[in-house]
Amino acid sequence: MIGDAFGAAAVLAFVAQTVRISVPYAFGAMGCAFSERGGVINIAAEGIFLHAALAYTLTAYFTGNAWLGVAAAAAAGLATGALHALVTVTFRADQITSGLGINLLAVGLTRFVLKAVFHSSSNSERVAGLPTWNVPGLSALPGVGPLLGTPLVLVALGLVFFSWWLLFRTPFGLRLRSVGEHPEAAATLGLSVNRLRYAGVLLSGVLAGLGGAWLASDQRSFTDGMSAGRGYIALAAMIVGKWNPVGAALACLLFGAAEALQIRLQGAGIPNEFLQMLPYLVTMLVLAGAIGRARPPASVGRPYDPESHG
Amino acid sequence: MSEPAAPATATASAARSWLRPLLPPAIAVVFSLVAGAGFIFAVGQNPLTVYGAMVAGVFGSAYGWGQVLFKATPLVFTGLAVALGFRAGLFNIGAEGQAYLASFVMGAAGAALAPTLPGPLVLVAAALAGIAAGAAYAAVPGLLKARFGSHEVINTIMLNFIAFALVNYLGHGTFVHETVHTAELPRTALLPRLDLVWPALRGSPVNASLGLAGLACVGVGLLLWRTPFGYELRAVGLSPGAAEYGGARVPAVWVKTMALSGALAALVGVNFVLGYKGYFESGFTAGVGFLGIAVALLGRTHPVGIVLAALFFGALSQGGLVINSLVPKELVDILQAIVILMAIVSHEVVERRLRRRA
Repeated sequence: MIGDAFGAAAVLAFVAQTVRISVPYAFGAMGCAFSERGGVINIAAEGIFLHAALAYTLTAYFTGNAWLGVAAAAAAGLATGALHALVTVTFRADQITSGLGINLLAVGLTRFVLKAVFHSSSNSERVAGLPTWNVPGLSALPGVGPLLGTPLVLVALGLVFFSWWLLFRTPFGLRLRSVGEHPEAAATLGLSVNRLRYAGVLLSGVLAGLGGAWLASDQRSFTDGMSAGRGYIALAAMIVGKWNPVGAALACLLFGAAEALQIRLQGAGIPNEFLQMLPYLVTMLVLAGAIGRARPPASVGRPYDPESHG
Repeated sequence: MSEPAAPATATASAARSWLRPLLPPAIAVVFSLVAGAGFIFAVGQNPLTVYGAMVAGVFGSAYGWGQVLFKATPLVFTGLAVALGFRAGLFNIGAEGQAYLASFVMGAAGAALAPTLPGPLVLVAAALAGIAAGAAYAAVPGLLKARFGSHEVINTIMLNFIAFALVNYLGHGTFVHETVHTAELPRTALLPRLDLVWPALRGSPVNASLGLAGLACVGVGLLLWRTPFGYELRAVGLSPGAAEYGGARVPAVWVKTMALSGALAALVGVNFVLGYKGYFESGFTAGVGFLGIAVALLGRTHPVGIVLAALFFGALSQGGLVINSLVPKELVDILQAIVILMAIVSHEVVERRLRRRA
């Protein structure tokens, strides 16, 4: 601390890196929270990231407009969410299997399109990324400055609090949570269980879609398998954050910090693999009740069948 | 029901009960091929040409058949692993990680023992070490569910990633310098390839693990329907509460089933490490555990169905290589995913129809 400017700059750079890594996790985790609070397990964030990142890349490639790319990514997320909702809510099929199927579909579909459009099995051509705004006074800050002018970072931050408010402070949030806890009771009160569950899953698609937009915009291209397991980390963060957007965002920062640390420690003689395992180990500990009890919504994973209690 | 009509109705309903389990998988396969035709059209090819080339390329030669059998072998193992879990009401998404870790143990144990032991002993010891590793690793989520009630789905997903990282770490000390694989085992420590008895298969690495896959199917069938434990397992799967009331020790069944499931997944390594390559190579499983879920679902968690489903998926993945010059081979991945989604949807639809008619 004693006037250690270099140390302070290093810390700020570390913080900035942590936040950048956490952004897609946060989008995915918020998304999962909406879906699961409504009673539908969503392990498809991985596939949504891929679909959305490709949609961003294709749109930015053909229009040259990064913002249209973001819109396309959100739309691709919405469409993928709609597929998950169709399979699990309308047809009441198994939610975990549907998520897995969508993730496998995304791997194949994105490679197929990559080959058909860019004639490459590994990457697209370079496309436009989102601009970094110049915020007077803030952008000059060392390390974190550019972050405060990065649109999707700000959107993610805003959405964390908005999502919390929506889930826990609005009638919509209360209704959504009620169909995740006890759909029969919610139906008795005149709520449409299916419509609310659709809303949760579609919201999760759009949010995870923004995460995919971030990945492609940040990298300015699409590469095969670029989600690289991030969708599952997002799912883990949602569990560690106890199905709460703010808690999930904090878990994302924890996981992001572990990853940033890995990059710092590369070549320092400390095995990276243990830091890699951290998010998964923490999630298992939380599920086992070692770090406070994590209780999923009571009816999550259970299809709602109005005929079953008629 | 009037007397004369009874026999006819009985035959019809018998036929229906026979067809009933076959209907959803058939719908899923047909639907995926039709949807796939759309993708083929989209890249400017004729679906009939592409599908025709696929069938001719895969089934037109003994080599093609050999490849189908080779690719189906690990899918039988992971399909059985997932199906056994399903029968006990457990969803093992961790077959991927279990197979990966077990295969690494097979490669590493084999390499460590090869200098001192005769080949066949190395083979048996490496296989047993890997199977034990797979069983122990899969038992962890079983124990966590039994002890803390934590859901095996999330835990097995997490354990997949932990297995990948763990093998990376262990690989530092085990992999041959500047490679990502363990030391190669002597030929005598490997299972014989089938081209020894059927030379037409030359070039295809299909090996004696195929027989092991058959044995595993019979074994799982006997376990499920001919042993007290199998009865207990199925009872727990149908209703844990009722099974417990009937005297089943539900937590013990969960742990044992997961361990058996992991042991089955581990057999993937027997095919790949001890039957084909002779060493463990980083990244080889490439979705074989996840496809096992598709195989178990399409095969209706029955050993016979699993064999058929594994052959179908094996043929598809070989077919992808055949048509790669016409359309991107990822068409096959898309078809596989659509089969999974349609299999669960058509299952629900068919069941609901029948329930309504009943």
